[in-house]
Amino acid sequence: MRGSLANIYRLGVKELRSLRSDPVLVVLILWAFTFLVYSVAKGEKFEVQQASIAIVDEDQSALSRRIGAAIQLPFFREPVPIAAGGIDKAMDRGQYVFVLEIPPRFEADILAGRRPAIQVDIDATAMSQAGNGAVFLQNIVSRELRSFIQKSDEGDLLPINLVVRTKFNPNAESVWFTSVMQIINNITMLSVILSGAALIREREHGTIEHLLVMPVTPIDIMLSKIWANGLVIVVSALLSFFLIVGWLLQVPIAGSVMLFVAGAVVYQFSVTALGILLATFTTSMQQFGLLVIPVLIAMNLLSGSRTPLESMPEVLQAIMRISPSTHFIGFAQAVLYRAADLTIVWPELVAMAAIGAVFFVVTLARFRKSVTTVQ
Amino acid sequence: MTRSGEPRERRDIVASFSGVSHRYRGAVALDDVMLDIPSGVMAGIIGPDGVGKSTLLALAAGVRKIQSGDVAALGGDMRSSAHRRTCYARIAYMPQGLGRNLYPTLSVFENLDFFGRLFGQDAAERRERIDDLLRSTGLDPFPDRPAGKLSGGMKQKLSLCCALIHDPDLLVLDEPTTGVDPLSRRQFWELIERIRRRQPQMSVIAATAYMEEAKRFDWLAAMDAGRIVSTGSPEDVRSRTGEKSLEDAFVSLLPEEKRRGHRTVRIPPRETLDGPPAIEAEGLTKRFDKFTAVDHVSFRIEKGEIFGFLGSNGCGKSTTMKMLTGLLPASEGRAWLLGQPINSGDVSIRRRVGYMSQSFSLYRELTVRQNLDLHAGIFELPRESRQARIAELLEKFELTGLANSYPEGLPLGMRQRLQLAVAVLHRPEMLILDEPTSGVDPIARDRFWQYLVDLSRNESITIFLSTHFMNEAERCDRISLMHAGRVLAAGKPQALTAARGAATLEEAFIGYLQDAAGSGRNTIPEVNGSRDGIVVPATARPAADRPVDLRRLWAYARRESVEVLRDPIRLAFALLGPVLLMVAFGFGITFDVERLPYAAFDQDQSYESRELLANFEGSRYFRRMPEIAGAEQIDNRLRSGEIKLAVEVPAGFGKDLKAGRKPEVGIWLDGAIPFRAETTRGYVGGVAMGYLVERAKLHTSNANALLPADIGIRFRYNQEFRSAFATVPGVIMLMLIMIPAMMTAVGVVREKETGSIANFRSTPVTGLEFLVGKQAPYVAIAFLSFLILVAEAYVLFGVPVKGSFAALASGAFFYVLAATGFGLLISSFTRTQIAAIFATPILAMVPALNFSGMLTPVSSLDGVGRAIGLGFPSAWFQQISVGTFAKGLGFAELWQNHLALLVFAIAFIGAARFALPKQED
Repeated sequence: MRGSLANIYRLGVKELRSLRSDPVLVVLILWAFTFLVYSVAKGEKFEVQQASIAIVDEDQSALSRRIGAAIQLPFFREPVPIAAGGIDKAMDRGQYVFVLEIPPRFEADILAGRRPAIQVDIDATAMSQAGNGAVFLQNIVSRELRSFIQKSDEGDLLPINLVVRTKFNPNAESVWFTSVMQIINNITMLSVILSGAALIREREHGTIEHLLVMPVTPIDIMLSKIWANGLVIVVSALLSFFLIVGWLLQVPIAGSVMLFVAGAVVYQFSVTALGILLATFTTSMQQFGLLVIPVLIAMNLLSGSRTPLESMPEVLQAIMRISPSTHFIGFAQAVLYRAADLTIVWPELVAMAAIGAVFFVVTLARFRKSVTTVQ
Repeated sequence: MTRSGEPRERRDIVASFSGVSHRYRGAVALDDVMLDIPSGVMAGIIGPDGVGKSTLLALAAGVRKIQSGDVAALGGDMRSSAHRRTCYARIAYMPQGLGRNLYPTLSVFENLDFFGRLFGQDAAERRERIDDLLRSTGLDPFPDRPAGKLSGGMKQKLSLCCALIHDPDLLVLDEPTTGVDPLSRRQFWELIERIRRRQPQMSVIAATAYMEEAKRFDWLAAMDAGRIVSTGSPEDVRSRTGEKSLEDAFVSLLPEEKRRGHRTVRIPPRETLDGPPAIEAEGLTKRFDKFTAVDHVSFRIEKGEIFGFLGSNGCGKSTTMKMLTGLLPASEGRAWLLGQPINSGDVSIRRRVGYMSQSFSLYRELTVRQNLDLHAGIFELPRESRQARIAELLEKFELTGLANSYPEGLPLGMRQRLQLAVAVLHRPEMLILDEPTSGVDPIARDRFWQYLVDLSRNESITIFLSTHFMNEAERCDRISLMHAGRVLAAGKPQALTAARGAATLEEAFIGYLQDAAGSGRNTIPEVNGSRDGIVVPATARPAADRPVDLRRLWAYARRESVEVLRDPIRLAFALLGPVLLMVAFGFGITFDVERLPYAAFDQDQSYESRELLANFEGSRYFRRMPEIAGAEQIDNRLRSGEIKLAVEVPAGFGKDLKAGRKPEVGIWLDGAIPFRAETTRGYVGGVAMGYLVERAKLHTSNANALLPADIGIRFRYNQEFRSAFATVPGVIMLMLIMIPAMMTAVGVVREKETGSIANFRSTPVTGLEFLVGKQAPYVAIAFLSFLILVAEAYVLFGVPVKGSFAALASGAFFYVLAATGFGLLISSFTRTQIAAIFATPILAMVPALNFSGMLTPVSSLDGVGRAIGLGFPSAWFQQISVGTFAKGLGFAELWQNHLALLVFAIAFIGAARFALPKQED
C-alpha cells in the first residue's frame, strides 16, 4: 500500500513534468482561465441589456417622444429613429432586435379613448432577448401610457404595487453568473481532454505498456493521472476564481469558499475519470478528438450553466443527470450565490462522487484490454 | 558555389559539404564538415550513435534547413529553393526507423500508388512500375496487406520501393536495415545492387551500423563528433588504421577517450547452477483473430544463462516476450518465471524482472535523468543510493552528457541505451530484452555485452534477449531460431552451425529460414535477364515549379480519404455526433422559463388574494409548491433551491385593493441565474397585469385606464416563437465549426509524430498541395454532415430553409473550408497531437458558442465580445444560417458574409502554410 501511494505520487509528478514540457498546453490553460473567463464574463449577456432597438415614429407627438425617451439603458440602447420602409431591411440584416412602430395620430386616438394599436416587431431568432424584451417593452409602454392619461409623473399608477426583490444577486448582474460558469466549463473541457489525451499518448507511445511490466497497477496509473491533472486544473481554476472573478471582476462571493473548493475537487475527480473513460473507447487521438467534442458541447450547453435545467424536457433532464457537470453547476450556484451549506448541497456532492466512482470502475475494467490494443 | 576550374570533378561528386555546421538547442551535430561524396557509387556513412550521420543525410537530401556552410547536391546549391525544387524529383529519402514514411492503414499497393502520384505518374506508368518493384522485392504476393501489418523487413523493402518509384538519381538511406533480420537485410542490399546495375548512374548514400554491410560499400566516410575522420574505400579506411577488420578499424578511428575500456567481449564458461529454471514455457501459444503469432513454443532457460532468440521480423519473438512479462495473456500453454506461474496481476514478480521493449517506450517528454529517476522510484531503490546508481548507469551507457536532454531529439542508438539503463536499473534477477542493441553502434554494443556477461557470469542474472546481430547470437549460451511462430531449432550456436554444415551462424540461420519458408517465398525471385533490366519509360518529370499541381494534391486527398474510410469509428463520430446533438439542443435549449417552482405566502386569505394567486397557478410558467407558512421560510426555501419564486400577499390586501390604497405584493426571486430571474420578473408582471385587467373588466368596466392602447407583439421570422427555429440554425453553425476543425487539427501534427511528414519534406509536393490535399476529404465529410443536418432540421423539427438554399449551401461550403483551415492551422504550429486536440476546443468553443450570435445577438455585444465574435468565422455563418433558415434571405442580403468566410478560409490556409516550412529547422 505504501509502495502504491508512492507510485501514485511519482507517476503524478511525471504527469506534471510532461505537461510542463509542452508549452502550448501551459499557455492554453492560462488562456482559458484568464482571458476566456474575463471575456465571457464581460462580453456575454443573456439578459436584455443594451438591446438594439429602432423606433418608427409616425406620430411625432409629445406622447410618442415620451415613449421613445422612456426606452433607456441598461435594458435598451437609445432607440434609433428609422423610416417605416426600412424595417424589413434593417431586421433582415440583424441590425435591430426590436422595432417599435407608433402609428400616425396615436396621441390623438389615445386621448379620444379609441384604443389605437402600437406595434412591436421582434427578431425572434435572437433567442435570449426576444421574449424578455417583449415583456419589458410592454411594461415600459403601458406605464408611460398610464401616466400620460392620468396626467401624472409619479411612478406607476397600477392599483397594486409589486415589490420585487431579487435575492442572492440583487442587481441581476450577469457577470456574477457567467464568470463562474465559464470557469466550470473550463474545468470540464480541460480535464476531460487533458486526462483522456494523456492516456492515448501513453498508449500510442507504448509507455503505458512499459509501465504495466513494472510494479505498478492500473489503479496507480489512473489515480496518478487524476491527481496530477486535477491539481493543475483545480489550482488554475481557484486562482482564476480569486484573481479574475473575485478581484478583477469584483464579484462578491456569498457562500463558503472551502465548500466550493471541496466540491471542485470532487467534480474534478469525476470529469478526469470521464476523460480516461472516453479514451478507453477510442484507439487513436483522432477518434478521441471527435468523441470528446459532442460530449463537451452537450455538457457545456445542457448542464444548466446557460439555460435553466428545469425548462428542458424531462427526458433530457434525466439524461443530463448522468453528467457530473449538471450536479456541479447546481452545487456551485447553491454554494456561491445562495450561500447554501453542506446540509443543502450534500446530495449533489454524493451524486458527483458516485458518478465519478462509476466512471472509474468502468475504466478500470476496460483498462488493460484497451491499452494493449493499439491501432 | 560553382568551382568552374574543376568541371570534371564536379561531375563525379553527387553531394558536397563545405564548412557545414549544425546544432540542435546548442548541442553540436555537425562541426565544420568538409566532404565530397562521389557519385554513381554506394557511399556509406559510418560512425557511433549521435555523431551527426542523420543530420548529414538530411542536409544532403534537402529535408533539413542548412544552418551554416554550403551543401551542394546533384550539382546545385541546396540553399537555393529553385534548385531544391528540381531536386525533389531526383532525390529519394528514406528516414530512420522501420517504415517511418509509410502509412500503416494503407495497403502495400496503395502506399506505392500514393508515391507514384506524388511524382506525377499516370495510371499506366504507376501500374507498371509498381508491378516491377513488387516483383523484384518479393512483395508481389501481398499487394493488399496493410503496411502496418508487415514485418519490419518487409516494411523496409516497401519503403525502399516507395523511394525508388520515381527513378531517383540520388538515394539517401538513413540506417535502412536497423532492426531488420539478416535474411531480409541481405535481400534488401541485393535489391539495391540490382537496381544499381540497371541504373548505374544512380548514387546511393546510406548510413549504417552494420560493419559487415559497410564492408561491401564502394566508399565510406567515417564520422565522429560531428566531423569526418576518414574517407575512402572500405579497404582504404581499414588499412589506414592497420586493423584486421572494419569493425576494429571503426573502433580505432575513434578518439582515445571513447575507446577507453573497449575490449573484445570475452565470455567465460558458465557454471551450472542448481535450482529451478529461470524461465520455462510449455506450449505457449498466442492467437490474434485467425492469425497465430506464436504456435506452441516451449523452452527452458536456466538461471544465469544468456539465451538468444533469433528469427525473421514478425516471427513471434516479441509476442513471446510479451507473454512472459504478462503484458499479453497466452491463448494456450503455460509459462513460469523464476518458478512462479505468470500472472498479469502479480506485482511482486515484476520487481525481479527487467524488460525492454522493441520500440522506444520511455517518456519522450521527460529528460534522460528524469526517466531514470522515475523508474528508480517505482522500483523503490533506496533513496540514499539512488543518485549514485543513476550516475553509475549514465556513465556506463555514456549518457552523462545527455542527462538533461529529452529522448525525442536523440538518435536511435542513444534512446536504446537509455532503455537498457532503465531495464537494468533495479538490478533485476532476470532481463527480458527485445532487440536491445538494434541501432546501437558497435562499440556501445560491445560495452553493453560486456556488461551483460558480467551480470550473467558474476551475478547469475538470467538474460533472455532477441537480436539480429549474428556476432551477438554467437555470444549466447544457447539460441533458439524462430520462424512464423514456431521454434525451428535450438541449441548452442556452434552446434547449430555445425549441424547444418555451414561456415557461419548467419549462413546456418538463413539456411534454416529458407527451408522453413519453402523455396522462393521469402527470397527474391530471380527474374530472367530481360525482365531484370526493366525498361522503365522515361518519367514525365512534373513541372516542379508549378505552384499547385493537382495530381499531387489529389494524391494527398485520395490517401487521406482512404485512411478515413478505413476508420469507420472516426467517420461515425464525425457524422453521428452532430445529428445527436441537434436532437438534444433542438429540444433542450430553450430560453423560455417554464414550470418554475414557486410558493405563495397568503397572509390575507381573502377573495382577492386567492384570485391573484389563482392566476399564478393557471400559468404554464409556474409550478406551485406547498404554501409558505411563515416569513422565515421564504429565505430558507429559496436558499435550498426548492423554490425559485415566492409571492407574499400581505394581510389586508383585499380590503386595500378595493379601497384603492395600492396594496403591496412582495415578490422574492432567486437571482442565482440572472437571466432566469429577469424572465421570471417579466412573467410575474404579466400575471399581475392579467389579474388587474380581468378585475377591471368585472368591476369598473374601464380597462382603458390600465392600458389605453393595444400593444401588438409580432415575432418576426418565427411567429410561434418556437425555440427550434432559433436553435437549429445555431446548432448547424456550431457543429460545422467544431467537428471539421477537430478532424483536421490532428492531421498534420500526427504526421509529425509518426514520421510520415518526411514524405512532405522530401517529395515535390508543395505546402499548399499538402495542406489542401489533406483538407479536401474533411471538407467533403463536413459538407455531407451539413446536408444531413439540414434534412434532420426539416424532418425532425419541421424547420425548412425559407430563403435561398444555394446561399445556405455555398455559405456552408465556405464555412467548412474555413473550419478545416482553422484545424490545419492549429495542426501546423503544434508539436504534439495532444496540444492540437487541446487547442481546438479551447480556441474555437468560446467564439463559436458565446460570441457568434447564437445565444446573444451580435448587435448587442460590444467591446471584446464583439471583436472576438467578428474575428472568427462562426458569427458570419450564423448570419447566413439564420438568414436562410428563418428570415427567407438570399445572396442579395448575405453576400458580405460569404465573402468574409472565404477570406477566413484563405487566411487560415495561408497561415497554416506559413507555419509549416517545407524544410525542417
